[in-house]
Amino acid sequence: MNERTILDLNETRNVIIEIIDQVRGDRTQLLAVLRECQSRWRHLSPQVITLIAEEMDLSRVHVEGVATFYHFLSRTHRGNYTVYVNTSATAEMAGSHAIVKAFEREVGISFGETTSDRQIGLRTTSCIGMCDQEPAILINDVVFTRMTDAKVTKIVAGMKANRPVRDLVESLGDGKNALEEIHAEVSNHIRVRGPVFFTDFEPGTALKAAMNHGALEVIDEVKQSGLRGRGGAGFDTGQKWGFCRAAESETRYVMCNADEGEPGTFKDRVLLTEMPELIFEGMAVAGYAIEAKHGILYLRGEYAYLKDYLENVLTKMRQEHLLGRRILGTRFSFDIQIKVGAGAYICGEESALIESAEGKRGQPRNRPPYPVTSGYLRRPTIVNNVETFGAAAKIILNGAAWFRKMGTPASSGVKVLSVAGDCERPGIYEVEWGMSIRELLAICGAKDVLAVQVGGPSGQCISQNEFDRKLCFSDLSTGGAVTIFGQKRDLLSIVHNYMEFFEDESCGFCVPCRTGNTLLIKALEKIMVGNGTAADIENIKQLGKTIKATSRCGLGQSSPHPLLSTIRNFTEIYQKKVRADVDFLSQFDLKFAVIDSCVAANRKPNLEIDSEVVDGTRPN
Amino acid sequence: MEQGQISLTIDGKECVAKEGQSIVQAARENGLFIPTLCDFRSLSPAGTCRVCTVKVGGRFVPGCTSPAVNGMVVENETAELTDLRRALVEMLIVEGNHMCPSCEKSGNCELQELAHHYRIVVPRYPFLFPVQKVEARMAHLFIEHKRCIQCLRCVRGVRAKDGHEIFGFMRRGSDVRITVDVTDPEAVSEATAKKAMEICPVGALIQKRVGFRVPIGQRRFDRKHEKDGKQL
Repeated sequence: MNERTILDLNETRNVIIEIIDQVRGDRTQLLAVLRECQSRWRHLSPQVITLIAEEMDLSRVHVEGVATFYHFLSRTHRGNYTVYVNTSATAEMAGSHAIVKAFEREVGISFGETTSDRQIGLRTTSCIGMCDQEPAILINDVVFTRMTDAKVTKIVAGMKANRPVRDLVESLGDGKNALEEIHAEVSNHIRVRGPVFFTDFEPGTALKAAMNHGALEVIDEVKQSGLRGRGGAGFDTGQKWGFCRAAESETRYVMCNADEGEPGTFKDRVLLTEMPELIFEGMAVAGYAIEAKHGILYLRGEYAYLKDYLENVLTKMRQEHLLGRRILGTRFSFDIQIKVGAGAYICGEESALIESAEGKRGQPRNRPPYPVTSGYLRRPTIVNNVETFGAAAKIILNGAAWFRKMGTPASSGVKVLSVAGDCERPGIYEVEWGMSIRELLAICGAKDVLAVQVGGPSGQCISQNEFDRKLCFSDLSTGGAVTIFGQKRDLLSIVHNYMEFFEDESCGFCVPCRTGNTLLIKALEKIMVGNGTAADIENIKQLGKTIKATSRCGLGQSSPHPLLSTIRNFTEIYQKKVRADVDFLSQFDLKFAVIDSCVAANRKPNLEIDSEVVDGTRPN
Repeated sequence: MEQGQISLTIDGKECVAKEGQSIVQAARENGLFIPTLCDFRSLSPAGTCRVCTVKVGGRFVPGCTSPAVNGMVVENETAELTDLRRALVEMLIVEGNHMCPSCEKSGNCELQELAHHYRIVVPRYPFLFPVQKVEARMAHLFIEHKRCIQCLRCVRGVRAKDGHEIFGFMRRGSDVRITVDVTDPEAVSEATAKKAMEICPVGALIQKRVGFRVPIGQRRFDRKHEKDGKQL
């Protein structure tokens, strides 16, 4: 090593020590440390990984494992400005492909690359929760929505001129989005306000009501209300709180799952923007009920632009004695810290969320034990969705009977829906459970609808015949995503998009999810290019069943749904695509197989290649 | 029944197990076979390979990470489960590049043995032909990533002489792979390499310079099949 490299190494080490000191060497903050290093050096070099491991006294392979798990962390330089264009189905429908082309034209590189001067990097990412204002992109944690060709030109010029990303933001969104601390182009699009969430809420009232009730009565009240988890799984909230309280331990944790990653859902973003006090107070009420002193809000990396604002809200709540020591002058203490993810859908799974919050790879745990007995740092933990905490706070304030009056007997209360896709008024709808799809389509202005994806890719895709079905736990259950596809949409390419999402977001731990989803995509592509037979449809169904039966967590257990539900509800689309004249065709496609070599040899293939085949090529 | 014992039935057979045992352990103690790959002796179970999937109360659960519970009724060797397990073994085969005739582990390989058990001649899924580099920087061990089934036995069971973790798991999705800390070239000693090769169910971890000491045909599973009267 020469003198210069030793100096560099020492300097890097000093910066890393400073970053680690900021989190007081806490190993559960490894992800925050990695995020900070990524943001500073735009990549995590092998040297940086070694230094972090040394200074945090962790094994190098552990740090490397975490650093390579999350999408927003990388070992190659991603540019001083990293542009992430999201690849969700709604983004593609809104023209993200043209935005991709515009960036490539203006910057002069392809997606997946970084300019040679390391100024700009272009990357794609999964849904960033802006489905009602696509095409949307992220640049260094700053969101840009409703992208146009002209906007791309301006933004790229700004990046080349070294302007701060924040200064490139043009028109600010409505509501709190316009606040100095958020300063985002994001719109709330609250279309229907209901009685639970988007109404006046006086901070402190729910906590006071909880303390008047007493802890056990709070759990009872939540049980009475019939509140079920709003993230999608629908577990009985009161029961969860009861189990956690019953688990023997000195320490318990309240975790709020704000890792809203299901493509098509964005309601937690709006709840956190407009009603953070309600959500945090819901967490405090839960803390009071289960005798927990610590709360953690796990915010998805894509929503990092909300972090400063949310921290300010927490500070204000502490000043008002709604958080911190001796809340409202009682002996109850509870505080909340915010942990930010780094791009991993799987972390929305509660045990993966816990692992990630502990600073590890976001891999789901084996269950049992469940988080209510062994969760964060192996202590009893409740993990609830953002909306669930908000609903719980209002239930304590207004009573279980008030909540039960809304919705259906088995699905009480309201649901905040994220409506996107082909309709006139995409956005947020707070509606009572029990509303039919037909009614919802009418109020959001959707006409000539081909299909509705309820609950995101992991939910189901339904056709016109089923539009009278109702949104509720016993029929069409949803974590909030309702995505509408008009008659002109190509459903198979949407299914393909969803399957690629699951393939990208699988943690890779268990084989059915890791490889099964890749095999499903191969089978679908075989059908899409016209080489499928009826047997291939059966094979997809069989493989889908295998993946669902044997996968380790909810991701794999629901990843075949886009295929299975469209095969069930839109059979004719598949039937039309498969060859009826033959029983079997091999997976081998000569046209497909020679594309790469033709490109390498810079000549036109001696076969007829239609554009569909070329588009079907999947980047590796 | 003694204190701390429970009873359950597996495919209709009454079994007695110790409290806290997994379904797989309970089956083994009662002389019943549930296939496993990632499960290994005393290591804490991981649940990556899923081939021990059984059915309890109409639900599919992994036998290695699910505790045996008193009164449990377990389905094991049903046609449905056999097909699921065979499908999983086939997935493990197509996601890698398993050229048995040229592999040092042939005859000692648990994946090969399970494929044999399920009479897999041609997998139902297309081969994915992964292209992966061999990690050969260490003095005593090389890693053939394309034969790795991500069972994580090495990650769970092999440590450096001084006790620190040297095997890890990196990346995600279909890109996942095991990794070894090569910053200290001495960390993987000859003894560690030997242990790693023994703990690996397939031919992903191979100790250098000791290849084919036992001829193919006289290895662990070869002998077992000879005894069973069924040659490979």
